[in-house]
Amino acid sequence: MKRVYVNEDWCLGCHLCEYYCAFANSGETDMAKAFKLDKAPVPRITVEEGDGINFAVQCRHCKDAPCVKGCITGALSINNGVIEIDGSRCVGCYTCVLSCPYGCIVIDEKNGGKTITKCELCTRNSAGEPACVANCPNRAIVFEERGED
Amino acid sequence: MKYVIIGNSAAAIGTVQGIREYDKEGQIVIISDEKYSTYSRPLISYWLKGAVTEENMRYRDTDFYEKNDVDTLFDTKVIKINPDKKTITIENGNEVSYDKLMVATGSKPFVPPMEGLEKVEKKFTFMTFDSAKAVKEAIFEGAKVLIVGAGLIGLKAAEALEHYGADMTVVDLADRILPSILDTEASAIMQKHIESKGVKFILGTSVKKFSEKSAVLNNGETVDFDIVILAVGVRPNTELVSEAGGKVNRGIVTDNKQAVDGLKDVYSAGDCTESFDITSGQQKILALLPNAFMQGEVAGKNMAGKETYYLNAIPMNAIGFFGLHIITAGSYDGEAFVETDGKENYKKLVTKDNELKGFILMGDVKRAGIYTSLIKQHISIDECDFELLKNKPQMMAFTRERRNEKLAGGVGNGN
Repeated sequence: MKRVYVNEDWCLGCHLCEYYCAFANSGETDMAKAFKLDKAPVPRITVEEGDGINFAVQCRHCKDAPCVKGCITGALSINNGVIEIDGSRCVGCYTCVLSCPYGCIVIDEKNGGKTITKCELCTRNSAGEPACVANCPNRAIVFEERGED
Repeated sequence: MKYVIIGNSAAAIGTVQGIREYDKEGQIVIISDEKYSTYSRPLISYWLKGAVTEENMRYRDTDFYEKNDVDTLFDTKVIKINPDKKTITIENGNEVSYDKLMVATGSKPFVPPMEGLEKVEKKFTFMTFDSAKAVKEAIFEGAKVLIVGAGLIGLKAAEALEHYGADMTVVDLADRILPSILDTEASAIMQKHIESKGVKFILGTSVKKFSEKSAVLNNGETVDFDIVILAVGVRPNTELVSEAGGKVNRGIVTDNKQAVDGLKDVYSAGDCTESFDITSGQQKILALLPNAFMQGEVAGKNMAGKETYYLNAIPMNAIGFFGLHIITAGSYDGEAFVETDGKENYKKLVTKDNELKGFILMGDVKRAGIYTSLIKQHISIDECDFELLKNKPQMMAFTRERRNEKLAGGVGNGN
């Protein structure tokens, strides 16, 4: 299965992936408008910045996913390899935040943290392919198959 | 192969999923003493406060049983396991045979003997959907509620009842709230937060005597009430196993394949069992939904013939009260790093033997799972930039090698 990978040698730490991610999942068609709303949409990818090193992190879509196993409501599930969140069934208990070893479950600040959100590889928005990948200026983020399923 | 599962909550569902990964053909029968399709027990407080509909109480979609080819026998109590015959007896006297049996009987509320309790008409425990429904039936706007027990269940009930404008008093023998998951400082922060929502606490004392509509406490105070919620504690349902000759300490004792000690072809998972907590090195009951599901899943795989082990169990909780979130994991015996903003953000990281053993995050809980992974994976803190980790959970704190292994190496693995 294709997943998103980052090459930390090439990541500039520009955070454009975060903006494009948030925009792609905002439901808005105009980027400026999306970020002008009362509460900016939340990116599901996180750029970490360090001493001369940057990289973006987002859901690894684990096969053996502790977030899905631990979900107290059944709101998280795996469909065709993609870990999806059903926001209507999430109560914001954050058991998945506690469980994700990569820190990739995002608290949805836009709704005051009432639910979580997460990367779904842009399979459930209109972007078509991962927006973080398509808009990375240095091709530091790629969407590819790496041998395993 | 015929699998029988006693119970219908997280551990039972995990068992079904574990079995069906390796055996699509065998017969699975779920027997539950409740009348409902599988529902999420922790959601009862959300339902009571109106945040979740009855339909969204479901723990799995309604076609779960059909999709997984599971026969169900709801509203049916199992009264005996007959290990010699490999059958169980249900309450009408009929026997059901099994090749592999799962005991996922969970736990029940513990109500200690209290003088005069029988005089109280509106008294409730708070663990099942039916108990939540009974509370909803009884509650009215502005009702005076006495909650006995300042643990997770009692305080979740308080959070729900605040939506009815209830006038609540919580009494607990412990001198602080949530002692099972919080340290003294974090308890104090949470207590203040909950008090700010109008809930009163009377701690370090207990009910001496109930009358019909009031309780006299051992400290001499009297609390008037319309309704009493009894949330003192829980006890594992172990009787079926102990009576059949299986080993029970505090909970049902299993090996790390979840097979019950002393009973062939009988497995157990969830709140009725003990787990080995790697952070304290002790056998304990870890009554946590994720633990129940994962134990069940491991059991199911073993029942279907796929040897699998349940390792790296730790206590862990993610819970919020009145909007203030807590994530905790592990144990707190060791060297502590504490940071607080003097308001509601609190962080405690506990290290011992060069490993992170436990943590408490309150308020800002973002990315807490990175800490959890350090505990579960036994990652040496020498190998990490612990200063970065003290600041916040981040992948940057790992060596490049370990990070690449985690992030770039293909399929992520939950542990």
